[in-house]
Amino acid sequence: MSLQPLSALLAQTPLFQGLPAEDLELIAGCASNVKFDAGDFLFREGGPADTFYLVRHGNVSIEFFAPGRGPVTIQTRGEGEVIGWSWLFPPYTWSHDARAFELTRALAFNADCLRGKCDKDPRLGYELMKRFGQIVHERLEATRLQLLDLYGGDRDPAPRGRTAAKR
Amino acid sequence: MTPLLEAVQPRSAEPVPAAASLADPMLPRPFEVRRVQAETYDTYTLELAPADGRPLRFRPGQFNMLYLFGVGEVAISISGDPGRPSPLVHTLRAVGAVTRGLCALKKGDVVGVRGPFGNEWPLDEAAGHDVVLVAGGIGLAPLRPAIYRLLAERKRFGRVVLLSGSRSPQDILFRHELERWRSRFDLEVVVTVDYAAGDWNGLVGVVTTLIPRAGFDPTDTVALACGPEVMMRFATRELERRGVPTERIYLSMERNMKCAVGFCGHCQYGPHFICKDGPIFPYRAIAPIFEIREV
Repeated sequence: MSLQPLSALLAQTPLFQGLPAEDLELIAGCASNVKFDAGDFLFREGGPADTFYLVRHGNVSIEFFAPGRGPVTIQTRGEGEVIGWSWLFPPYTWSHDARAFELTRALAFNADCLRGKCDKDPRLGYELMKRFGQIVHERLEATRLQLLDLYGGDRDPAPRGRTAAKR
Repeated sequence: MTPLLEAVQPRSAEPVPAAASLADPMLPRPFEVRRVQAETYDTYTLELAPADGRPLRFRPGQFNMLYLFGVGEVAISISGDPGRPSPLVHTLRAVGAVTRGLCALKKGDVVGVRGPFGNEWPLDEAAGHDVVLVAGGIGLAPLRPAIYRLLAERKRFGRVVLLSGSRSPQDILFRHELERWRSRFDLEVVVTVDYAAGDWNGLVGVVTTLIPRAGFDPTDTVALACGPEVMMRFATRELERRGVPTERIYLSMERNMKCAVGFCGHCQYGPHFICKDGPIFPYRAIAPIFEIREV
């Protein structure tokens, strides 16, 4: 049985779809396979943003910890989706927690390695920035929609002391 | 026939006598409450039995006018199985004087029912294609009859995907039915909530974020969406972005309805009356006015 090279795996993901083979090879050089059990943190707020993840299987919750309220789940992300973009922007520290809420397999990308390659090849860097910009745009749009409290209702959907996405 | 009588004439191949056509659509039939089921803290399902024993046959997507005697009348979509028209099933949220009164009804109480009115979800057109249903909040109720029909005639369709969004886990409608549907091999059900408590072990995020990764072939899909209008705006954008042709996206629209037969004009939506031209519209037909505010 032959193992599929990482670059071939990357080519099938929405993030890297359509990139030339040489770019995929470069990016694959910074990637590795990782696995998280349910409850494992991918990263925690304040920690160094030295890795980002592409979920291959499973689901990850994006959380903030609010004193007196506990972990607040903002969104969940699953197969084919990116977890983390703080590695792109100084000071390269995570602004939230990310936790697997079921068995999750992902590709982990070394941020130093990839930033270095982008610095050397601004074309690749611009291409990746455009793709991450699109993700940031979509997440912001979804969060705005979430803040609208579309379905209304009189009752507080997330009472104090438990998880809440909005107050 | 006068233009007024023509306006209320039911759309049928068989003409109805003029006197009856004016009276019947406006005359409520008495139905007795058989059961009131609390779905969530503010949403209830009523099971109604016709006093005269004649079941009210309907098509998925249609609505009735429910009359709470002495209080008022509201348009409510039918949420039951079109293959089992009796009892008549409606799911409604207690938000105003009439709906609060309807939700407070007890077994044996009587309500007036006019209908069914409006058009239906295009399930015949969807035959041979994948079908994706996008439901937001109580928008799942008008889609439920379509789901029953899809499951009853499952072999006629490709992949069937239900994407359902709710405000919180406590607001999930038809929870047991969703769990049952989820256990089927021939139906993909994905549920998400906007706000979650700590004990929720499911997805969090608006329902539209499910569209990019749902399992359907966008070029060969018919999409049915029902929910708050803002949600449907974003849903249509995501469906289009995914590649679903606009002529295959159908939306169930809602406006304040009074007569339900295209007579009073309360539910006018651009050149359409929601009650008689809708409530279900192909997105392409309403796209020019869909993004306009206060239509």
